[in-house]
Amino acid sequence: MTFLIQQTLLFSIPLMIVALAGVFSERSGVINLALEGIMIMGAFIGVMAVRILQGLPVFEEAFANNQYFKLQLMEILVMLIAAVGGAIFSLLLSFASINLKADQTIGGTALNMLAPAIVLFLVRIIANQNTLNMLDGSNSADWFMLKKKMFGYGAKEQMGFIGRTLLDKTYLATYIVIFVFILLSIILYKTRFGLRLRSCGENPQAADSLGISVVKMRYSGVTISGALAGMGGFVYALTTQGCTCNGDVAGFGFLALAVMIFGNWKPLNIALASLLFGLFKCISAGYSSLDINGDGKFLLADIGISAYVYLLLPYVITLIVLALTSKSSRAPKAEGIPYDKGKR
Amino acid sequence: MDNRSPLLKRDGTQKLLASLISIVIGLIFGSILVAVVGLLSKDIGGKGIWDGIRLIFIGLFSKTRDTAGNLTWGFNSTNFGNMLFRATPLIMTGLSVAVSQKTGLFNIGAPGQYLMGTLVSLMIALGVPTTAIPPVIVWLLAFLGGMLAGALWGAIPGMLKAFLNINEVIACIMTNWIAAVLVSWAFSAAKFSVVRGQYFNQTDWTNASGTFQNIAEGTKSSYVYKTIWNNVATPKLGLDKIFPNSQVNAGILIAILIAIAMFVLINKTTFGFQLKACGANRHAARYVGIKDKNNIVYSMAIAGALAAGGAALYTLAGNTEFSWNTYQKLPAIGFNGIPVALLATNNPIGVIFSGIFMAMLNIVGTQLTKFTAYNEYITDVIIAAIVYLSAFALVIRMMFNGSKKKAHAAEPAPAVAEPAEPATEPIADAGEDPAPDAAVEEEGGENA
Repeated sequence: MTFLIQQTLLFSIPLMIVALAGVFSERSGVINLALEGIMIMGAFIGVMAVRILQGLPVFEEAFANNQYFKLQLMEILVMLIAAVGGAIFSLLLSFASINLKADQTIGGTALNMLAPAIVLFLVRIIANQNTLNMLDGSNSADWFMLKKKMFGYGAKEQMGFIGRTLLDKTYLATYIVIFVFILLSIILYKTRFGLRLRSCGENPQAADSLGISVVKMRYSGVTISGALAGMGGFVYALTTQGCTCNGDVAGFGFLALAVMIFGNWKPLNIALASLLFGLFKCISAGYSSLDINGDGKFLLADIGISAYVYLLLPYVITLIVLALTSKSSRAPKAEGIPYDKGKR
Repeated sequence: MDNRSPLLKRDGTQKLLASLISIVIGLIFGSILVAVVGLLSKDIGGKGIWDGIRLIFIGLFSKTRDTAGNLTWGFNSTNFGNMLFRATPLIMTGLSVAVSQKTGLFNIGAPGQYLMGTLVSLMIALGVPTTAIPPVIVWLLAFLGGMLAGALWGAIPGMLKAFLNINEVIACIMTNWIAAVLVSWAFSAAKFSVVRGQYFNQTDWTNASGTFQNIAEGTKSSYVYKTIWNNVATPKLGLDKIFPNSQVNAGILIAILIAIAMFVLINKTTFGFQLKACGANRHAARYVGIKDKNNIVYSMAIAGALAAGGAALYTLAGNTEFSWNTYQKLPAIGFNGIPVALLATNNPIGVIFSGIFMAMLNIVGTQLTKFTAYNEYITDVIIAAIVYLSAFALVIRMMFNGSKKKAHAAEPAPAVAEPAEPATEPIADAGEDPAPDAAVEEEGGENA
């Protein structure tokens, strides 16, 4: 059970934050198909930052002397760097779709192609292979994972169920993401800025007539979106890929888009939807070692269904869910339409 | 000046110019990246940078390094032949994206349709015994079977869009991954146990498990058998005499014929008009009695058939190898149909040239990897930059209408008159004039 919950969270958390990234962009009126590309960029920038920071004496010492606090601080710092990187990369999308009124789908596709191309081009030159690892064969679990001894437990002592599930062998990044998710959801619904942002996605002409700058609002929407997706990309690389980067996030950006549509562009629904998808991803990734009730039997592996069925699950279920919910789905009215002052 | 301006104002000319400008900026962007990386790196150096930039622009004409370590240049038949060979599937996936775009649909599902085409045409080409049925018939069956599979696969997002109003982009992306898993699954499990062609009989493969995985050649089990083993291969039609030492075959001619057929279908038939009408305004089309929902499904089915046809032409070449465990990776050829169609502004005839151009970039990437410290991913960077610029090709076109001083940029205009030249030609002369614009745009993109 512990394993199931931890694994599900591992996959849900990046989906959740990246789906929220999609919400910010689309609620401001810009379709952000580039989430996948921004995630790849964020993952690359994050892993690069980790490599650079690892080489600094202060963090080298911290690692050698088990100063967990400093290492967690480094993790937060890298998350910020990845967010800034994602935000900057997303400006390419804002510029094309807001200033130049370009086709947002094509602009997003361009970013999706650009990110892996640049990342692989650079990774191959830096690492002489297609995967960028941490320095000197160190791994993310040693550096960043929370372990029970950090909370004062000895090697023989057992933590309680909650401690085992939510603290031991988890990453601080998970909780930061949840915090950011809640914070931004509140901003989107309970502040003046959030209301203005949403109005630009529904009726930009009306918003403009009330003195709200549609361009500014859409830029902030896409930039916040880029920052979240960049951060999500690094969190994905850190928690599921062991802090490596190979120019690929396995379609998580697109899956996040589906989660966003499934969640009807509303944060709470998205949180639940991403948990559901995380569960399916978890099943497809680790069904053979999944021991749900702790009796030592691997139920799903024993059924004997082909592994490919589990790989298919997340995508097939996405399609089915979209088909079932398409009637009640309510996208922002003005999304995808470049803002034109003269249009009514 | 005066007699030139009507030509410049013409829609086609402006589209062509916009595409050429995108290409030039894309190439310049690639060169800048090469230069910056070269300057930051310790071991590439000035000569490496200069070689890299020259290869980006005229890599097609590079031959080899001489004993002094300098690159030699000239007509390279291997490069040209391989370019035509690699252009074949690109033209087909480009057509796929272009045709769906005419109906206002963005077919990002080409990779999945391509995979389904690969699956079915490989299974037919290897599974039907050529001892009983002539190889030509098997080839034809495999080609048509692949296209049919692609059509059915493409129709799925089409139907989801038409009847359930699901965004075709999301539906396509999901069907892509589903196709990727299905193809891996099929090749990991499927067995065939019919009488094999002579190549199969010669080797000791009969003891094998009977799957499509190439276990006959020790280390190749992650690949499917080559279709030549069953005597199925696209004829060369003498093209290998023109371009010796290359993989070229008649597939390129088939692709060009299909492109022309698509041009006729879209522009000269009632059906094509209905497709375009649905793309222009779905509601208006329904108002005049066009069945918009059916047309959306047809359009996606045709798009799927084209992408899968590209896959069939590529795999049926006989000597290509297909790595069957695809579930983690979608084929780049499918995605590259998007830039091919964008560069051609969805004109089926233009797709022929933009497809060949993309294949040329591919050759450039290979040559870069072979001769310099850089790698083939620079090609993808350039392609992505071109897609990005194509997104606002409209703005570039507006610049022509807006400012008079662009009138002298008529240099590439002859390329419209004689499009028979390979796509490399316009690039060379476009380098002269639109470059100033290019620089302006470049800065715009960078600052953003």
